[in-house]
Amino acid sequence: MSFAVVKAASYTLAHTPDFIPFGSTPTTAKARNDYEYFDTLKKGLRSFEDVVNYPPNQCYIGNITPQQLGEMAQPWYQSAAPAERTGKYGDILPQEEFFALLKASDAFDLVALTPEFIASANPKLAAHPQLKRFTLDAGKAMSAIDMHAMMEGHKAEPLTMNGELVGIVKQAHDEDENLSAHIMLENLTVKATGAHAALMLEAQGQDLSDIDYVIECSEEACGDINQRGGGNFAKAIAEMVGCSSATGSDLRGFCAAPAHSLVHAAALVKGGAFRKVMVVAGGAVAKLGMNSREHLAKDMPALEDCLAGFAFIVGENDGVSPIVNTDIIGRLNVGAGSSPQAVTSALVSEPLKAVGRKITDIDRYSAEMQNPEITKPAGAGDVPEANFKMIGALAVKEGQLERKELMNFVKNHGMPGFALTQGHIPSGVPYLGHGRDAIMNGDINSFMVIGKGSLFLGRMTNLFDGISTVVEKNPGVHGSSQNQAAAFDKDEARRLVAKAMQDVAARLAGSENE
Amino acid sequence: MLKDKKVVILGDRDGVPGPAIEECVKTAGADVVFSTTECFV
Repeated sequence: MSFAVVKAASYTLAHTPDFIPFGSTPTTAKARNDYEYFDTLKKGLRSFEDVVNYPPNQCYIGNITPQQLGEMAQPWYQSAAPAERTGKYGDILPQEEFFALLKASDAFDLVALTPEFIASANPKLAAHPQLKRFTLDAGKAMSAIDMHAMMEGHKAEPLTMNGELVGIVKQAHDEDENLSAHIMLENLTVKATGAHAALMLEAQGQDLSDIDYVIECSEEACGDINQRGGGNFAKAIAEMVGCSSATGSDLRGFCAAPAHSLVHAAALVKGGAFRKVMVVAGGAVAKLGMNSREHLAKDMPALEDCLAGFAFIVGENDGVSPIVNTDIIGRLNVGAGSSPQAVTSALVSEPLKAVGRKITDIDRYSAEMQNPEITKPAGAGDVPEANFKMIGALAVKEGQLERKELMNFVKNHGMPGFALTQGHIPSGVPYLGHGRDAIMNGDINSFMVIGKGSLFLGRMTNLFDGISTVVEKNPGVHGSSQNQAAAFDKDEARRLVAKAMQDVAARLAGSENE
Repeated sequence: MLKDKKVVILGDRDGVPGPAIEECVKTAGADVVFSTTECFV
């Protein structure tokens, strides 16, 4: 069977400065009555223009390549030049359009908006090429007075624009904490930002009605008291964006889920169960402002002021699009060790060795693509660079690379991190769009997607997780991988042997009759 | 240096995880009283 291919990838952001207080760090600060934090936060908020111009965001939506980003002077937040909100792979929504999309995602009348907001937002939706299909019903508007009453009864969370109340998200049940206003706000956000990302695939010419399976791989859980995390974001998003031929399900695996989803999607297509699979993920409210305390202490803006989303389509081999080579799957099995060397061996060198390839044969590695400008001030270091160094060091240890070439390996086979610290978002897949284009343009032949997940955060196991696979140049519709060629030869050999045995049997039968 | 010392380990998923540090310091004779791995992203 032929390998599946990556048909398209989209990447989107929604600038949500008024949502930062719902993040985990600000929520903790609020519980501790840390008013000083909120005073400082106000000074660290960025304008929509600053967010659009921020080079890593431009890289994420496809207006500059990771290599171009790497050549730009840092700090990037100080070197931003005027840029466009729309990119090759997606766009950046201002908060007003995001709130409108949140209401468009609402199937249970849980989001209420003021008449003034609806009047202002509808023309913005109408002007957006992909969001113009949505119109907010002015007849369902709610007055700010009624909204305040619901908030005072702790039955709703506020939607504010520059501090002014424009809407609420209501609780979906009086007693079930799984359907509280805060949880509904988080889950509707996943649906809205995931739908936004899916629609930006349509902007690239993809027919969403032709998709037959959807995998959603973010980090939230939807369900009620009897089945917390029952799901299913995938079908909710599929319904909203017009994937009328699709069914789907949610796949969870912390930050590694997108890389798992890539493998699952490729396997579903290669195995013939489905023809065209969309993997989609919405953004994580909890991660907004996660490292803002450290950013603000260093007089930086609060860089985690956006929700992120992505979507990509894995389809049948068209002979052109890059293939997902599922003959190469790095896996962090339960029995694998936890040392950095054991982890990197399991995810990188062992699956490559199994098909006779070297670490240096892969042109680019995309592992944990967190923007270092966000993580370094918080003491987490440059995560992608640390991963590339470890991969290079393993290549040195295995005699595939000279020690003095280590940093050249990091530069030539890695790339700067450009993804928001939204948990699952940085996990290998932010490069699918750029990598696909680089292969199609002939700049590279292959890249490896590596995802890692911190399973121990769920307190069920001390293990952490990882999975990887390789995306590479399509050998052509009649081409095949070495393993496929081997399988073909084996089948042919079986047929020849079977025919020879039939001939022998026929001759023996003939001689007996004589 | 670590022989008979009590050690608290804070590992990093994207750096050196707790169990790996634990194995190293145990060979140096340390008494590991707490070990964890955290995710800093």
